[in-house]
Amino acid sequence: MRHHLFEWKEGLLIALNAIRANKARSILTTLGIVIGICSVALMATAINGIDKAFVEGISSLGADNLHIDKYAWFSNEDFFLMRNRKNVTMDQFERFKKLAKLPLAVAPTILTVHKVLFGDNYVEGTLMTGTTDEYVRTTNFNFGRGRFFSPVESNGARNVAVLGSEVAAHLFEKQDPLAKTVKIDGIPFRVIGVLDKQGSTLLGNFNPDNQVYIPIGTVFKYFRRNRDTVTIVVRAPSTEMINATKEEALGLMRRVRGLMYDEKDDFAINQQEGLTENYNQVVGVIKLVGLFITGLSLLVGAIGIMNIMFVSVKERTREIGIRKAIGAKKRTIMGQFLTEAAVICLIGGLVGLLLAIGLSMIINKFLPTSVQMNTVILAITISLLTGIVSGLAPAWTAAKMDPVEALRYE
Amino acid sequence: MNIINLENITKIYQVGSEEVHALDGVSLKIDRNEYVAIMGPSGSGKSTLMNILGCLDTPTEGKYDLKGTDVSDMSDNALAEVRNREIGFVFQTFNLLPRATSFHNVELPLIYAGIPAARRHEMAEVALSSVGLKDRMLHKPSELSGGQRQRVAVARALVIGPSIILADEPTGNLDSKTGEDIMTLFHEIYEQGNTIILVTHEEYIANHAKRVIRLLDGKVESDKQVANHTVPARGK
Repeated sequence: MRHHLFEWKEGLLIALNAIRANKARSILTTLGIVIGICSVALMATAINGIDKAFVEGISSLGADNLHIDKYAWFSNEDFFLMRNRKNVTMDQFERFKKLAKLPLAVAPTILTVHKVLFGDNYVEGTLMTGTTDEYVRTTNFNFGRGRFFSPVESNGARNVAVLGSEVAAHLFEKQDPLAKTVKIDGIPFRVIGVLDKQGSTLLGNFNPDNQVYIPIGTVFKYFRRNRDTVTIVVRAPSTEMINATKEEALGLMRRVRGLMYDEKDDFAINQQEGLTENYNQVVGVIKLVGLFITGLSLLVGAIGIMNIMFVSVKERTREIGIRKAIGAKKRTIMGQFLTEAAVICLIGGLVGLLLAIGLSMIINKFLPTSVQMNTVILAITISLLTGIVSGLAPAWTAAKMDPVEALRYE
Repeated sequence: MNIINLENITKIYQVGSEEVHALDGVSLKIDRNEYVAIMGPSGSGKSTLMNILGCLDTPTEGKYDLKGTDVSDMSDNALAEVRNREIGFVFQTFNLLPRATSFHNVELPLIYAGIPAARRHEMAEVALSSVGLKDRMLHKPSELSGGQRQRVAVARALVIGPSIILADEPTGNLDSKTGEDIMTLFHEIYEQGNTIILVTHEEYIANHAKRVIRLLDGKVESDKQVANHTVPARGK
């Protein structure tokens, strides 16, 4: 064991010496690995960033929530069959709310899309969530200004609105939106609250930042028919209780919708878990493709290393002969050149990683990115592996040289 | 006891479609603490013989016993170990590692032998002192004269205490004065009880040895003791 250690230390010294002796060449060769590792690290960082943004976005909507709906979010059931189901009505919601014991909060929601206008500024196609005052307790919303609507405003179907941060910024620019009147489809609403930035751009229009919240009664008053279907949002008291809450909801909804024991459920209880699964499927493909493409640039770097190692072996034929004459074994010579390739790649990998960290700090200003420990470990491991793999063929060439031939080499 | 015992050694090279018999049935015995010169014109097979004696190459046929062990068909790695432990090479072109110091060059066989650092340093220092280069330990070959380089090579050959010192035209790249110094060094090493095999084509160099083996066309032409071999003058 100690034996190997000496040899390896000798190999390391030789490697550092060889790199120092051919500075320009080493730098150029390393550059290939720097770029390769940098792009792999950036890719991994971007993926981490997207994942993190997604998780944050999801949790801003409330991670422990159930969504009772006529439609299942992710299912193979025929959409038209689901469409023919009875609507989930406000009456059903009221009865459910009265009967449910477990939930922390229960709120009906209905979506509608309208143009929101203030002065000359407007946002076309804004997603409105009509809901009750209790909805805010199903979310993790933070308020920049003002508050959510009160029970009185909710029950009285008042013309009040809570704006998402993006909507508010767009309509009001530098002004304070509070107590101003915006027009939704020409109907005046008073702004009573503005949300802080909630997080994820990934949720698109479903991002709370791009939404407007108004009382559900108001939605029915102006925009939707009374018997339209609503989604009941149920917040479980804790993640551990989510299954119990779901069980209770299932039973209650069957009762509320008057289903016989032998009838199938004609509603769905959706969870964000489904959303996560769906996300993982889509983003998984993007990840694979991205890493494959960046992997190609690493491959080009690796070929550069292999090329330069072959040159290095050729140049040092005589040195190999000398070493063999005084007792270096195949393994020793092999180890020496593998170490050299690995050291070049490791240096390249570290530089590439630092570069990636620097770049991701800049990119972070536009897109959410995050350099994580696993990216660092990944980059270092990959660069080491690249070195070993690309050094293998040259090192073997060196190891199997005939000492007599090698000593004669000029 | 014979330290080297060659029996009917044959080495055949394939050059194109022709077979070249570089060595053709060479048999010889060399005792411990002998000082032998191997001579012969170019093409006589003396380089091939040296490569086989030095375990750098294996014979096509025949048996080579080194210290009682048959090394004629050992694996490459086993041969590497034998070279490391039993053979000290001194080459015409010195063959030092150009980027390493004298000290590191001398230390190298010890690294391959797996000797711990402290012991290694001590041994390397002793070897360099014995060739009179204690004050040149941290010089690189390019900072040394030809004679000094060859002394470093001799120190490297000696450092592990090998069974034989194999010197291939050790004075070939040196002027006659420096060459004479190196031959004096070899004589001292011989007197300390080492076995030296010298490959040369110079009569006056071969005359330093006590026994001269002449090769011709891959065969031993003559094998004689030298009655009045040159004993170099003492001192430097």
